[in-house]
Amino acid sequence: MLADKDRIFTNLYGRHDWRLKGARARGDWDRTKDILAMGPDWIIDEMKRSGLRGRGGAGFPTGLKWSFMPKTESERPHYLVVNADEGEPGTCKDRDMMRFDPHKLVEGCLIASFAMKAHACYIYIRGEFYNEASNLQVAIDEAYEAGLIGDNACGSGWKFDLYLHRGAGAYICGEETALIESLEGKKGQPRLKPPFPAGVGLYGCPTTVNNVESIAVAPTILRRGASWFAGFGRPNNTGTKVFCISGHVNKPCNVEEVMSIPLKELIEKHCGGVKGGWDNLQAIIPGGASVPLLPKSICDTVLMDFDALRDVKSGLGTAAVMVMDKSVDLIAAISRLSDFYKHESCGQCTPCREGTGWMARVMRRMVKGEATLEEIDTLEQVTYQVEGHTICALGDAAAWPIQGLIRHFRPEMERRIRAYRDAKVRAAAA
Amino acid sequence: MPKLTIDGIQVEVAPNTTILQAAEIVGSEVPRFCYHDRLSIAGNCRMCLVDVEKSPKPVASCAMPVAEGMVVHTKSARANKARAGVMEFLLINHPLDCPICDQGGECDLQDQAMAYGFDRGRFHENKRAVPDKYMGPLVETSMNRCIHCTRCVRFATEIAGVPSLGATGRGEDMEITTYLEQALASELSGNVVDLCPVGALTSKPYAFNARPWELRKTESIDVLDAVGTNVRIDSRGREVMRVLPRINEDINEEWLADKSRHACDGLRYQRLDRPYVRIAGKLQPATWQEAFDAIAGRVMNLNGDKIAAIAGDMADVESMFALKALMTALGSRNLDCRQDGAALDANVRASYIFNTTIAGIEQADALYIIGSNPRKEAPILNARIRKRSLKGNFPISVVGDQADLTYKYTSLGTDVAAFFQTPPAPTQAKNPMVIVGMGALARPDGAAILAAARSFAEAIGAVKDGWNGFNVLHTAAARVGGLDVGLVPGIGGRDTRGILDGASKGEIEVVYLLGADEIDTAKLGKAFVIYQGHHGDRGAHRADIVLPGAAYTEKDGIYVNTEGRVQRANRAVFPPGEAREDWTIIRALSATLNRTLPFDSLAQLRARLVAAHPVFTDLDTVVKAEWKTFGTAGAIAAGPVKSPIDNYYMTDPISRASRTMAQCTEEFVNGKTPAQKTGTHG
Repeated sequence: MLADKDRIFTNLYGRHDWRLKGARARGDWDRTKDILAMGPDWIIDEMKRSGLRGRGGAGFPTGLKWSFMPKTESERPHYLVVNADEGEPGTCKDRDMMRFDPHKLVEGCLIASFAMKAHACYIYIRGEFYNEASNLQVAIDEAYEAGLIGDNACGSGWKFDLYLHRGAGAYICGEETALIESLEGKKGQPRLKPPFPAGVGLYGCPTTVNNVESIAVAPTILRRGASWFAGFGRPNNTGTKVFCISGHVNKPCNVEEVMSIPLKELIEKHCGGVKGGWDNLQAIIPGGASVPLLPKSICDTVLMDFDALRDVKSGLGTAAVMVMDKSVDLIAAISRLSDFYKHESCGQCTPCREGTGWMARVMRRMVKGEATLEEIDTLEQVTYQVEGHTICALGDAAAWPIQGLIRHFRPEMERRIRAYRDAKVRAAAA
Repeated sequence: MPKLTIDGIQVEVAPNTTILQAAEIVGSEVPRFCYHDRLSIAGNCRMCLVDVEKSPKPVASCAMPVAEGMVVHTKSARANKARAGVMEFLLINHPLDCPICDQGGECDLQDQAMAYGFDRGRFHENKRAVPDKYMGPLVETSMNRCIHCTRCVRFATEIAGVPSLGATGRGEDMEITTYLEQALASELSGNVVDLCPVGALTSKPYAFNARPWELRKTESIDVLDAVGTNVRIDSRGREVMRVLPRINEDINEEWLADKSRHACDGLRYQRLDRPYVRIAGKLQPATWQEAFDAIAGRVMNLNGDKIAAIAGDMADVESMFALKALMTALGSRNLDCRQDGAALDANVRASYIFNTTIAGIEQADALYIIGSNPRKEAPILNARIRKRSLKGNFPISVVGDQADLTYKYTSLGTDVAAFFQTPPAPTQAKNPMVIVGMGALARPDGAAILAAARSFAEAIGAVKDGWNGFNVLHTAAARVGGLDVGLVPGIGGRDTRGILDGASKGEIEVVYLLGADEIDTAKLGKAFVIYQGHHGDRGAHRADIVLPGAAYTEKDGIYVNTEGRVQRANRAVFPPGEAREDWTIIRALSATLNRTLPFDSLAQLRARLVAAHPVFTDLDTVVKAEWKTFGTAGAIAAGPVKSPIDNYYMTDPISRASRTMAQCTEEFVNGKTPAQKTGTHG
């Protein structure tokens, strides 16, 4: 269990002053100039050594991502874009960081931008996050006022401007290239890759897009050292992580914990356990709506990190743990998620545009059992026809929950189909 | 140069080639819907997925650049499975209405479904229904069929420069529409119908008229503007059903302007299908011989100075050549092929052609447009200017109307006199070009403008070894050909203005109009007017003798486009009724007039034509014209220059007779959108 002294987000629950004075008291903006003085190469190297993997869901090593930016500035400016379009169902970590610890993000933006030789950074915040946006804007204004960012950020001589842009609430705009399109004022549709944003990104310039948490943890990592951060968790899955636990637990919460903590321990220690006890658990979605669910048998032992969850054919995603006890109609729950993806598909590419609608409609029938047994196979094939054939990962995200359901709860789906059929037969006979 | 293996064949291609292009080089065709050579890459249909070794997922070949050592399989089981999946997705919401779809028989989706479709559906839900959109009088929509490839959107935005098409909505609710369902206001809008890989956008005037396999296809040349667009004329029986573009990289790439595409219904209406003779003030039907005899009665004993001839904008070279021979035999020097009175110098070819060539625009790095609105006068050529403009470093300046040309330009005022008094200084541009339009040259001081434009072109370095940036943009398909055969006044002869003056004063007694309708017929006075042409338009109304000729689709003829490119049009259908090909009419008349012309067949005529004018030797190419002195230095009157075309949709007898063009005029010129039909219309 993570000791209080090792917590990065020390105001995750908003009990303290979130403004500059309070943030400074908690250690933010401490010796930032000295960190910048170590130079971009040192910063990127430390980030690589810390083993931090992107906290937005895909888990790409952050330091490595930063190192993809061109080493020298050309006439094309570099940009850092912070993805604060937190829309993954079940995820609520970034909003609390921005509400209660906005200076961590602002400081991280400065350090990351400096490391990637970007003089401008855009934070693309989800439109619905009104309070978060206003707190963050206050923090940005305070930082400008205090000379922490601006023409001579922290007295380092580095010119740095930070802009906050509010989105309009489309889930797809959380995809990094769709976010860039949206930021440019276009329809939020993902771009083809390659070219990757590090080569051709915002306004055609080298751009890195990072999640709020990835950026917000950077100052603390650099202050306390890469080896401190790398000391938590298992190799390749290091550091601390904010988990968002919701659903049928006694005390749903956001909590910062070490990576690779056992799922059961996470729930028992921080959330007061599953409602009705661990044995009342039916299934858990461990990483936000887009990863396949896990039945209780796996939840008993699985560790919460990228590799362990990948090995059980799920994923850490955003670490949004959704707990479902035995009162839940899992088919209806997954059907609801399918409706979500149908609604949020941008419509650009064929498999996702047509596939999400198809899957959602079949799922709706599956809830009632109004289907044939063969249709479960058809549905599964359709998910594989979508997965991996689309421009962005939304197609995968739409396919995985259904795949998880069929993988682990196929008997329940079959039972329901038979029940529906039998009821029809009985009704006809009566 | 990366080397890669595609379907077991090693190939070395230029860097930045996509896998799809490389596959085409080795002869492996990859199916596609959204990809199109001339549009930006969207990568959204996912039909072109291929299997690349070491890649965990199938790769969209249209968007993926090749890399050294790549091993690609375009026909592997994984690639085929991926495409079959995409095809199934495309078909689940696509209506099964091929039997009543105008795209049937020439539909990409139909063709590819044969290769990748399943034999039955697994989709048991309701199909999506999408309301049809209004896109104007030319483009019919059936949006249920749309597969969202966005080719039309990209064409409108990138090529046509009219960014009014787009997609609204998200996911399966995404719909292609024009902004507020306004008509697609582009002179190139018909091309979206060609681009649409399915039957979502079809041709409105052609709706439910024919099936592609019933049509006879004739390759020919368009004459409704001076670009010389290469077209394919699709005909059934005696009727031209539609006109489509042919690929010609030097001229139109693969686009066709709306008037050229859709005015073909004008070939059915207002046709002259038999000779007429005016008796007691009324045109009476007559036989060919009666008409010829009536002409002979007026012409035989007349002094040649009292006879004149004007050729119109759609005359073919052969008939103009024959006309000139006949008039010369009659002793007349009063000839002109410039019915708008443009001061073009027939002696110097470089003075009246588009020397840079249309494809050459892409090499230019600065452009001055004087007295022309290329968007209305030559939409295809305008698209090429826009294409060059999008590549950047191409400052464009315009003297004349401040119209929306679909690209950015600097206006240098409308007064051409002021412009030439203080012309802009030469810039760093290496290949500057000047386009002089009929709006400038058809003014009474046109000759002085021509001379001034010549000096200006030389001053800015537009004319030098290996580059000729002096260009005249014509509006008439017949014009360059007419100048090439020398259908201009002989020494001491009268030009168009002189002929009309003479006719109104009674000094000219016989005027022969070869399809000339754009002259002021009121000025013909009491002259005896012979009109040879294909439509009952202004000329025929005034005529004393009407000789029915053939429209461009009904005869083999040579046309020279504004670049000076000699091209042959081919007959697709026969002229209606007793109408004849134009050169044969002049040849037959010459016999009645006892001045029999020395050719009995088109081959003989062409042999004489080439002998007299060697410029007709080389077909389909542009021969560089020698740079000489031309124009007449003189005073240029102050005052604005204005494009001669007010209404793009009605410029000639064919488009004036076309009902489709009348609808376009209502919609785009008069701004009246028709009340939308609902329910079961059509």
